[in-house]
Amino acid sequence: MTEHTVRSFSQDLEELQGDLARMGGLAEDMLSDAIQAIATRDLVLAETVVARDPQVDALQVEAEKKILRLLALRQPLARDLRQTISALKIAAELERIGDLAKSIAKRVKLVDSIEAPSALKGVARMGKLVTAQLKRVLDAYSALETDAANRVWSRDEEVDEHYQTLFREVVTYMIEDPRTISACAHLLFVAKNLERIGDHCTNIAEEVHFLVTGEQLPTDRPKVDALNSQ
Amino acid sequence: MLSQAEKAMSRMETITPPRPQVAVSASATRAASGQVKVHAKDVSVYYGDKQALFDVSLDMPEKSVTALIGPSGCGKSTFLRSINRMNDTIPGCRVTGRIAIDGDDINDRSVDATLLRAQVGMVFQKPNPFPKSIYDNVAYGVRLHGLASGKKELDQIVESSLHKAGLWDEVKDRLAAPGMSLSGGQQQRLVIARAIAVSPEIILMDEPCSALDPIATAKIEELIDELKANYCIIIVTHSMAQAARVSQQTAFFHMGKLVEAGATEQIFTNPRDTRTQDYITGRFG
Repeated sequence: MTEHTVRSFSQDLEELQGDLARMGGLAEDMLSDAIQAIATRDLVLAETVVARDPQVDALQVEAEKKILRLLALRQPLARDLRQTISALKIAAELERIGDLAKSIAKRVKLVDSIEAPSALKGVARMGKLVTAQLKRVLDAYSALETDAANRVWSRDEEVDEHYQTLFREVVTYMIEDPRTISACAHLLFVAKNLERIGDHCTNIAEEVHFLVTGEQLPTDRPKVDALNSQ
Repeated sequence: MLSQAEKAMSRMETITPPRPQVAVSASATRAASGQVKVHAKDVSVYYGDKQALFDVSLDMPEKSVTALIGPSGCGKSTFLRSINRMNDTIPGCRVTGRIAIDGDDINDRSVDATLLRAQVGMVFQKPNPFPKSIYDNVAYGVRLHGLASGKKELDQIVESSLHKAGLWDEVKDRLAAPGMSLSGGQQQRLVIARAIAVSPEIILMDEPCSALDPIATAKIEELIDELKANYCIIIVTHSMAQAARVSQQTAFFHMGKLVEAGATEQIFTNPRDTRTQDYITGRFG
């Protein structure tokens, strides 16, 4: 795209995208560290994830200030307007992802007692998939590629399937050994957090699609869960 | 019947040759960035019996753009014209209160209004190049005020002014062409080059883009963005969107009164006065 005639306008948009890129990077790192911390029972690593969350929040506040200013002072139109509005929504999604990663990290010590290697492996696998989804959607946002974004959007079905499998497995484990119920409940929350992060990734994908094409993706994303199956 | 340009020229011709002292003494030491360049206190303007401005007080900082907005007839252009004493040329016009540039009262008897108008350049809504070549348009004020020691220095000043106005590349091969052969947007940039050539500290702009298309407007706005690094710019505009885009401080006028002035971002996101809010959101009755 060509530069604006008034260069400071282009600069304003670039600075905003910079904030979002930083948020994305932080969220990615927090997520992969949180999953690693769960898998390896690393409390120290978990603490660092929690400590990083305020940075994400601060970036969101900063991005919103810039967006308000852009809308009031530049009156962006067409693609510039969609870019500004998408940035607002994506910043909110990334902030939630940060919170969910923090929540996962906080449960590391609460799931510490679980002995079932397969359940923990299941969480690690699901975590790996969701981490990849986040990376792919942020790359798609940065490159403004709708095909890549659409693929993330459809692949969320796989994330949901992982969640369903993990849910059943953990419930089975709880039935077999009721002493594990408390820790397993926290593990379910971790799995649920991962599933929610997957959903936030699809929201970001929808925003990327809207930003580039000006159109919404269909509202019925393919979903797999106990609530939707007959 | 004289054309606009010829009338403008003939006004300049009646000005007497420059005197050795400068108009307002503090131009030797430019105010530091962020300081007040133009200070207005309780300024009222009367056209005969009719009062057009009521006790306007406003500080305009240097190296920054102040926008004056408000509905037609609200007094913003009247206020602008007080800053370079253009109101003096209107019969029956009376100005009270204090207007100071770098602390010096511009209405003081010792001030030479002609020199003041070199120190405070003005750009109008309709571009008004003189019926002369591009070169001579820019050189005119420089020659008049004896600001160049010879042809070489004059050439340098003309080139530098055209550069600063973002016009050099487009006209460098045809400096002898008539100023009026340029497009509207180019003419406006020529007029700005002409104003800059006499080293003003302040540039007044009265709806400079009203006659221009969006592309030419954007180029002028980019120019204003660049110029603000070195000049105090005060711009009257009936486009709030433009005020929002180019200025750092905005003052809202209504019925001859200054209703509210503040940082542009604050005025357009969270104005304090309901009249300001009503005007900028288009709720004016």
